[in-house]
Amino acid sequence: MGELIDYRLQVNGLEHEVSQAWLGENLLFVLRERLGLPGSKNACEQGECGSCSVLMDGTLVCSCMVLAASAVGADIVTVEGLSAGEHELSDVQAAFLAEGAVQCGFCTPGLIVSVHDLLEHNPDPTELEVREAISGNLCRCTGYGRILEAVRAAQEARQG
Amino acid sequence: MSTVLGVRRGRLGESAARPDGVPKVRGQFAFSSDLFAEGMLWGHLVRSPHPAATITGIDVSEALRISGVRAVITSEDVPGLKTYGLDDPDQPVFAWDVVRYMGEPVAAVAADHPETARRAAGAIAVGYEPTEPLVDPETAAEADPIHPHGNVLYRQRIRRGDPGATGAVVVEGRYETGMQDQAFMGPESGLAIPAEDGGVDLYIATQWLHIDQAQVAACLALPLDKVRLHLAGVGGAFGAREDLSMQVQICLLALRTGRPVKMIYSREESFFGHVHRHPSVMWFRHHAESDGRLVKVEARLILDGGAYLSSSMAVVGNAAAFAGGPYRVPNAVVDAMAVRTNNPPCGAMRGFGAVQACFAYEAQMDKLAAALGLDPVELRLANAIRSGDSLITGQILHGAAPVAEVIRTCAAAPLPAGHPVTSAELALPGGAGRTADRHRVRRGVGFAVGVKNLMYSGGFDDSSTARCRLEDGVATITCAAVEVGQGFVTLAQQITRDVLGVDEVILAPPGTTGIGSAGSTSASRQTWMSGGAVEAACRAVRGRLLASVADRRGVPLEILDLVEGRVVSLGREVDLAVADAAPGEVLEETVEFHHAPTARLDADGQGDAHVSFAFAAHRAVVDVDIELGLVRVVEITTSQDVGRVLNPVQVVGQVEGGIAQGVGLAVMEEIVLDHGRVRNPSFTDYIIPTALDMPTVHIAALIEEPEPGAPMGAKGVGEPPTISSTAAVVAAIRAATGLELPRAPVRPQDIALAGARPAPGPAPE
Repeated sequence: MGELIDYRLQVNGLEHEVSQAWLGENLLFVLRERLGLPGSKNACEQGECGSCSVLMDGTLVCSCMVLAASAVGADIVTVEGLSAGEHELSDVQAAFLAEGAVQCGFCTPGLIVSVHDLLEHNPDPTELEVREAISGNLCRCTGYGRILEAVRAAQEARQG
Repeated sequence: MSTVLGVRRGRLGESAARPDGVPKVRGQFAFSSDLFAEGMLWGHLVRSPHPAATITGIDVSEALRISGVRAVITSEDVPGLKTYGLDDPDQPVFAWDVVRYMGEPVAAVAADHPETARRAAGAIAVGYEPTEPLVDPETAAEADPIHPHGNVLYRQRIRRGDPGATGAVVVEGRYETGMQDQAFMGPESGLAIPAEDGGVDLYIATQWLHIDQAQVAACLALPLDKVRLHLAGVGGAFGAREDLSMQVQICLLALRTGRPVKMIYSREESFFGHVHRHPSVMWFRHHAESDGRLVKVEARLILDGGAYLSSSMAVVGNAAAFAGGPYRVPNAVVDAMAVRTNNPPCGAMRGFGAVQACFAYEAQMDKLAAALGLDPVELRLANAIRSGDSLITGQILHGAAPVAEVIRTCAAAPLPAGHPVTSAELALPGGAGRTADRHRVRRGVGFAVGVKNLMYSGGFDDSSTARCRLEDGVATITCAAVEVGQGFVTLAQQITRDVLGVDEVILAPPGTTGIGSAGSTSASRQTWMSGGAVEAACRAVRGRLLASVADRRGVPLEILDLVEGRVVSLGREVDLAVADAAPGEVLEETVEFHHAPTARLDADGQGDAHVSFAFAAHRAVVDVDIELGLVRVVEITTSQDVGRVLNPVQVVGQVEGGIAQGVGLAVMEEIVLDHGRVRNPSFTDYIIPTALDMPTVHIAALIEEPEPGAPMGAKGVGEPPTISSTAAVVAAIRAATGLELPRAPVRPQDIALAGARPAPGPAPE
C-alpha cells in the first residue's frame, strides 16, 4: 500500500500524533479512525453532502476532500470542538435540540459546523442566505424546516 | 457562546426532547459507521459490473497474496442457506452461477486496512459471460425466466361491483413513476464480532432486528441464540434497511478470521446495496356521472421489482388496494403486478405502492374535473371517502376517515404572496442566474389527496414486545423497536412518564437477546405497535404497583390511583411518591402487543386486509421556467389525519421530511438506468432536495380525530406526507405549463422539449 508516514495534526486545540499512516488517507478517515473523533460523518465521501464539514484555519471544508497529511500545520476544528466543555452545548447545538432539528442525526454535526461558520461571517443572514449557506449540507429526514428554525433561533439569541 | 446542558422532559402531547439529541448534536452518538473494536479488520464486497451475466469462474489467489488480506469468501463459504429474503429467500448472499443485477455481491474480502480491502476486492478475478439483460417490465412476465422462481413476482387482482358499469364521462391516461432512492445519510455499515461460543455478535443499522437475526442465522447455519444482533445507531432508513445488506457477509468474515470485521458502504455502493422504490407503468380509466360522482375505476399497474422479490408482494397489494384513492368508487377492475427484471431490486420505500397509485389516480381526478367543468377540489370533496364507506377491496372503514376535513382545510389556506417577476434571484427556478427570462416564469397550483394503510396487513400477525421494569421510581423500558430518527425513543419515554408518573425513564439498548421482536420500523407502525406494547407493559406495572401499596397499607385496591407521580387514595390517607411506594420491590412486566387481526384478500381482491388508514392532502405552488424546463417548488400546504398528536415537533418533522421526499420524486430524484446499468450512483448525479430546493411547508391542519383501537388514539404519521405531495407538485407543474406530464419525476426536457416528444405509449397489457 505504499509509504506509511508519521505526522502531527492540530485538532480542537490539541496536538495529535498520527503514526504509520497510509499517505492516501483523507482527513475525515484520520479524524474518525485514528484520532477517535467520529463526530464528522461519512455520508458520501465525495464532497457532496457536507456531513464531514470541519473548519480548517477558519475555512469551512469537507474533510473527506482534504488529504490528511496536507492538513499539517492547520488549525482544525470539528464538531467535538465547538462546545465549551463536557457539560455544555454551543448555542447552535442547543438551538438544534430545542427546535427539533435533529432526527437521525447523521447530517447534524456537519450542519452545526456549517451554521457556526455562517453566523461567524454573517451574524444576521436572511432566510435565503441561510438556505444558500447550508445548501451544501444534505439532510434526508427533516426537509430542513426545523433546521431553518434552529438557525433563526440561534441568530436571534446572538442578536440579543 | 454556550448553554448548559439540559433535557426537556415531557408527557404525551408535549414536544419532549429526544433522549439521543445531546449526543447527536455533539457528534458523540455512535452510528453503525462509528464502531470500533480492538484488532478489527475491514470488509469489502466484490460486486458485479454487469446487470446479467453467467459466472464462469472466480479466482481469488491474487487477492490472497496481497499483504494484509486475511480472508476472501464466496458463495462456497456460506455454510447454511445460500439465499435470503423477506418473503421468499430468492436472493443469493453471493451470486454463484449467474448475476441478475449490476452491483450484486459475488465475493467479500477482509483486510487490516480499508484501502487494502478495496484493492484486494479489485484483484479478485471473476469470469463473466454477459447476457442480454431483461430490463423492460412491460414484457418481463412473458420473457424467458431469469430466476428459477419465475419473472412474475406477485399479482393482485381486484374486482368490485359491476365490471361493465359505465359513466357519462370517461377519462383515461398512462402514467409512469421513476425509480427513487431512499438516500438515507448514514451509509450501510456494521461490525461483526466473533464470540467464544462459536457465535457472533452483530452491531448493525437495520429496521427490524429479529427478522435480520432469523435470516442471518439461516445463512450461517447457527441457532438463533448464537447470532445476537445489537442495534447500532441508524442514520435514516425510509425502507432501505428492511432487507439485509452486509449482515451475512460480515458475520462470515468475522467467523472465518476470528476477528471483528467492520464494513462501511461507500455512497456509490449504497446505491447498489439496497432496494429502491419500484418504478411503475400504470394505465387508469375512470368513469363518472355528469355530477362528478365516481362510477368505476379500471387500472392496470406494472411495478418493476428488479432482480429479487424483497417486499414486492406488499407493494403490489398496496398499489392495487389504493388504486381507487381516498374516494368512494362502487365498481373497480384492477390488475396489479410486480415483475422480475435485471434492473436493481426494488422493495420498501416510504409509502410504497400507495405513492405510485396516487400519482396516477390524482392525475385522473384532475382530468375528470376538467372534463366535467368542475373545480378539482370540489370533485374530490364530492367523492371523499368517510367512515362507513368501503374501499375497492370491500373493506368498510370503521375508524377515523376525515378526508373531507383534510381537503377543506388544506384548500382553504391562503396562497403565498409574491410573484416570480419580483422574486430574488436565488428563489427563481434553477437558482441564481439560470432563469432565461423571469417574465416567462409561470406559476401553477396543484392539489392532491392520498391514502395508505398503517401497519402490516393481509393476515400477517403483526406484534411488538416491550418490557417495563420499575425500581425505586426509575423505569427501564426494553423494546427491540428500531430508532431510525423518527423519535420512537422520545415517545417511549413520554408514554412511560404518562402512565407511571415517573421522571426518569431509561431505555435499554435494543437487541435480539432477552426480548421478543418489536416488528419492523416501517409501515408507519411503531407508534401504534411498540407504543402500544410500551403502554401496555407500563399499565401492567402500574397495576402491580397499586396492588403492592394496597397490600402493604391494607386498603382496597379500588380506592388507589396514580396521579401526578404519586400513589394516592380517595381520601388521601395514602399519598406516596412513586419512588417510595414500593421500597425494595422490582416490578417488571413484559407484554406482547398485537393489532386486530386482518385477512388476506380473496381471489377478487376483496377482504378486510388492513387495520387502519391515514389520509393527507397537499397543495403545491410552483414556478416554472417554461423555456429551460426548470421548476421551483414555492410552497407546500398540507393537512393530515393524525389521530392524536403525541409529540408536536416530531409530527412536524415527519410531515416536513416526508414532503421533502415527495418533492424529490416530483422534480429531481430518479435512478437512471441504461440497459440495467445504474448511471448515477452518487450524490453528484442522483439529486436530492437541498435547503434551497425545499419549499416552505405550511401545515394548515393536523386533524385530531382519535382512532378507535389505536393506543393513545394516534395514527402513524410518517408515510402520508410522501404519498400525495408528489402528485400535488406535478399537478401544479401541469397547471403552470398546460402539459400532460404523465411521468414523475418531471425532468427539464419534459417541459422545455415537450413539443418534440412522442405521445405516450399504449396501455400496458
